[in-house]
Formats: sequence, structure tokens, C-alpha cells
Amino acid sequence: MVAKFDLNDDSVVLIIGTGAGGGVLANELAQKGVKVVALEAGGRYLPEDYINDEWDAFGQLSWLDARTTSGDWRVAQDFSGLPAWIVKAVGGTTIHWAGASLRFRPHEWKARTTYGHVAGANLLDWPIDAEEMAPWYEKAEAKLGVTRTGNFPGLPGNNNYKVLEKGALALGYKEVSTGRMAINSIENDDRPACQQTGFCFQGCKWGAKWSAGYTDIPKGEATGNLEVRSNAQVLRIEHDDKGRVTGALYADREGNQHFQKARVVCVAGNSIESPRLLLNSASEMFPDGLANSSGQVGRNYMRHVTGSVYGVFEKPVRMWRGTTMAGIVQDEARFDPSRGFVGGYELETLSLGLPFMAAFLDPGGWGRGFTSAMDDYERMAGMWIVGEDMPQETNRITLSSTVKDQYGLPAPNVHFDDHPNDIAMRSHAYRQGEAIYRAAGATRTFPTPPYPSTHNLGTNRMSEHARDGVVNRHGQTHDIANLFISDGSQFTTGAAENPTLTIVALAIRQADHIAAELSRQNL
Amino acid sequence: MTTKPNWRGMTRRQLIARSFAAGTTLIVGAGFVAAPNAAWAYEAAALKPETLATLIRMARDIYPHDHIGDAFYVTAVKGYDTAEAAAEIEAGIAALNAAAQGAGHASYLDAAWEDDRVALLRGMEKSAFFQKIRGGLVTGLYNQKELWPLFGYEGESFSQGGYIDRGFDDIDWL
Repeated sequence: MVAKFDLNDDSVVLIIGTGAGGGVLANELAQKGVKVVALEAGGRYLPEDYINDEWDAFGQLSWLDARTTSGDWRVAQDFSGLPAWIVKAVGGTTIHWAGASLRFRPHEWKARTTYGHVAGANLLDWPIDAEEMAPWYEKAEAKLGVTRTGNFPGLPGNNNYKVLEKGALALGYKEVSTGRMAINSIENDDRPACQQTGFCFQGCKWGAKWSAGYTDIPKGEATGNLEVRSNAQVLRIEHDDKGRVTGALYADREGNQHFQKARVVCVAGNSIESPRLLLNSASEMFPDGLANSSGQVGRNYMRHVTGSVYGVFEKPVRMWRGTTMAGIVQDEARFDPSRGFVGGYELETLSLGLPFMAAFLDPGGWGRGFTSAMDDYERMAGMWIVGEDMPQETNRITLSSTVKDQYGLPAPNVHFDDHPNDIAMRSHAYRQGEAIYRAAGATRTFPTPPYPSTHNLGTNRMSEHARDGVVNRHGQTHDIANLFISDGSQFTTGAAENPTLTIVALAIRQADHIAAELSRQNL
Repeated sequence: MTTKPNWRGMTRRQLIARSFAAGTTLIVGAGFVAAPNAAWAYEAAALKPETLATLIRMARDIYPHDHIGDAFYVTAVKGYDTAEAAAEIEAGIAALNAAAQGAGHASYLDAAWEDDRVALLRGMEKSAFFQKIRGGLVTGLYNQKELWPLFGYEGESFSQGGYIDRGFDDIDWL
């Protein structure tokens, strides 16, 4: 029987957001007997609801509430109202993610120590390290059924991968494979194996890709300890006169507002909404927003160094056939400042359908230079760059002074300027990507600018000391003992890897911590 | 939009006879625009037929694909043929024609060579009108399902069992 908790039940743990962080945390706590209410701003969409159509799926799943942008990043010019492509639904961005599941490398937990001082960058070591996180990564990999871990074989390579592999091996790259993917290579977890359908970004209609909405969420609900309220958008977190949070005000589908009391509040709305919520919850006691004594709430916004390279060949590739991202070259993720930058990057296969290619290949481009590229579509292969961008205090989420959302609350502004290290890394990655495709026989290559950000990190970062960040080593805010951050906004630095596996590992670990603290009456 | 070869019972010769503009590329008549081979015709609702013809030509010049017929560009812009949009579109096309006249052509449509028309478009590419038309074409043109096979894109996949048995890894020339 599915749980239902009273609004006045202040013994529950309240989780805001049900994605990689919130969804996993909700289930893990429920499995341990903790009572959980999870509020999800979006609706519930399951595989039968997903649509194998890029624009229809975009309209169905995307977070499209008002947002503004600023800074020198090209997204602010080409997609000024769409800084990020993330999901508003139960399961969050795990509905549309590609499934790439990589661990941080040991040195990436200690970016400040490893890279040294980088002018203009707000580098900081995480207060945790690879050794501590190893067992949690193992649990996360088992939960997600990550290929090439445990007994899960690697996925077979599709056409797009074969082109990447040919070129990469010809250049001398060694770490080339179909990668570690949270996509069933064999039947697992009562979900089928991958059918190479090609619409990973639109939700996996087979359920072969792990997504919180049809895995952790229903498992948590089945315990009787988890109640998920969808179409419940949180507006504000309240606190008492001792500075402890007491619960959250939210609007339901009809716009009626309700207040859910809670013993503990965990914020997991992804890295734009989470700091925005803390800022919008400012009060007399906390005039700069909740948990913001450091001033770092909203700051250090990172989105990874991204961009794509597409290569055109003499004969058809048909890159859209099969998994969107099961292919990787990992050699450049190492720390090697002789290349002219600190940090590293991964190169991963990527495919867009024809409609999205028209929108993202060269935003604003037109004329025969553009259309001749579109005419090459069937003979295109594609890859995506994922690299470690530098945290900068001035890259930040702030409350818009002009734009309000549908509830009358200040919308978020996302400000981003590239750091010189980001630019150097991206240039290197574009050249290497082009070299890979030429080595495979490409007759034409294009660098594509970064898309609206699908990796959004760092805006409530972890720190050893309260002055440097928002949360401690458990994701507990330094300032408010019963307020936690449970999503990627915890990231102190971004590393070169797709973030979801680390978000899941942190959530499993945080659930352990919260459950123990609850039973010790420390929360 | 009809695609009958004999639209309203008229032959191609009769269509041309009833046209009064557009030269060799499009037939513009009283209340309609049509292909020179009468493969399709479109009845104007709110815009002047000449304006529609210019808009169609402009759309192709922005995103030229020589292997794609005009019918797709008509579909891409016919959404502007409404009372609400008419004033803005008429003004934008009037500005385009004024620019053409400034370059020595009778009108945009009268500039016979693509290079000349593209030069006119480049001159106004920062205008709100150009950006509106260009931006709308990104989905208006490329999100037409009937267009996709002409680029080789196969579209929806789940109902056909994905590509696991339909060539996901069939590349054979590497």
C-alpha cells in the first residue's frame, strides 16, 4: 500500500526533487524504514508515455519555467531563455540522461592540491576522497547495472562507435570502449536489455536504461514508507526561531499552496533550482538566503567544458541507430598540464536526430554552409566533449530582478563566463576530435558550440570549512543541521566525468548518514 | 494545400496565363501561389500572394536544399498566413523588397540569382524579421516528418523494435 503522510506530520524527512539525488535518497531512506515525503515539481511519466520524437519529448519532459542568462557563454546569446536542458518530472534528469556512469579519478577529488592555484578559479579540494567513496561507487554501479562493472558485459558498439573507435585507435589512443553505461547489456532488475533504439535522450521506452522514475521510486513506494507527490512545486522552505528548518511550502497542480512539516529537509532540485530555493527562502534571520553564511549559495556554477565534433564521411554512418552515448575515449581525462590546461576531458559518442541537429549544429547559422552540412546528415558521426571546467565565484545563480515565474517568485539568472583554462581545454578537445574523425576518413568536420547545459553542478558546494562552501562532507548544510543538499549542486569541483554516478553514490551514502543520525536522535 | 496536377481544373498553361508575377520559380495568381509545374498550389488566407511567394523564396534562400521541393518550404511558412501575423510579415517583406530595389532589382523575387538574394538577406540578418523567419524554420522546415527520409533520417524506432535487428552496427566500409 502506498504511503500517505499528513501535512502536519513533522516526523518525516522531506525531499525536494526526485532525480538521481532525491529519487535515490528517497528510496534508500524508505528501505531503512525512514518515513519520507518527496515533492516533485513535475508530473509522472513512464516508458509507455515517452515519445520517440525529439521536439515532442522536449516539450513533454523539459524544465521550461522562466530562466534568464548572462555572461560571455554562447548559450546566453543563442538560447537566452534556456540555460539548461534538464527534466521536470518524477525521476528528474535521469529520464533523459544518456547513461554514462563513470567514477571520478582519485586526483579529481583534490583539484586544488593537484592543479595548484589557478588565477580566477575558486578551486577547492572535496572534503572526501576516492578511498572513502569507493564502496559507495560499488553500490551505485550495482544499483544502476553499469556495464563493465560486476558481471555486466559492455554494450555492443553501434555504427557511431565504430567510427570513433577506428579513428581513436589509429591516433594511438588506448582507452577506447563502449564505456560504462547504466543501460542493461543483459536483462537485469526485471528490465530488458538494450534494443539499440536510439532515443535515449527522450526516455527509454524499454526501461533498459536505469532511470529513478521506474526503479528507485516505485521500489521506495512499495515499502510503504515513501509518498511521492508529483506536480508539487516547492516555493519556499521555512524555519523556526532557532534557525532549524520546519518544512516547505509548495503549490499543487491547481496552484493551491500547502505546507508540509518535516523533521529534516533535503534539497535535490538540480543546480539551478536548489540554490534558487535557498535564496528565495531568505528571511529576517537569513537575509542572504538559507545556509548562506559563506556567500557561496548559487556560486561556482559549473557545466563542464562541452562542445561536439561532427565528422562527415564518404559513405553512410547512420549514427542515430542505437545507443546515443555508448562509446568513449578516456585517455585525455588524465592530469597533464603540458597540454596547456589543468584538468582533463572525456570524448563520448553522441548522436542527434535531424530536428535537433538543425537547432544545435550551428545555432543561428544559415545559408549553404549550414545546409550542406545538413545534407551530409546520413554520413555523419558525432562525439561530445565532457571536461572539467573551473569553478568561478562569478559564475552563479542569482534571483532575477526583472523576471518572475508563474508563482510570482523571482526567476533564476544563470551567469557564466568561460575561464581561460576552459577555452584552452575546449580548443584542444576540438582539435583531437577532428583528428580522430580524419583518421577514420572524414572529409569534413565541424566543431559545435556547447548545448544548453545538461550537466549543472557546484552551486551549493561541499567544503571542509563553513567559510568556503555550503555543505559538509555529508551534504549537510554548515549553517542548518536539519537541512541537506542531495543533488549535483554539492559538487566542489566537476571532474571530467558525467556526474550522475557520483550523485547516486553520494545519495546512497547520505541516506546511510541521515538514517543513522535520525536513530541517534541527532537530527 | 492541393497537390493535384490540375488545380481547380486548370492546366499548367492556364495557371501561367493567370499569373502576374514571380517569373520562372513560382506562379502568383489571384489569391494563390503555385508551383510552375502545378505540382502544388496554396490558397492565401491573409497575406498577399506576392508576399507569400517572396516568403517561400526567402525561406529556401535561408536554408537552401536543392533536393527538397518548394512544397516543404510552403508548409514551413504557411503558419504566418494569418490575420494576427499579416501586418508584421507584410512589413518585413516590404523591407526586403525595398532593400532589393536599393540594389537595382524590381523586387526580391526579381533578383534572379541566389547570390544576389543571399546578399540582401545578409544585409538584414540582424533584423528582428529575419531572425523570426530563420528561427521559425529550424522547426518549421526540419521538423516535418515527411522531410526526414530525404535526409536519410529514419525517425521513430521503438514500435519497430529498435535497431538491434535493423542495422545498428551494419557499417561495413571502415
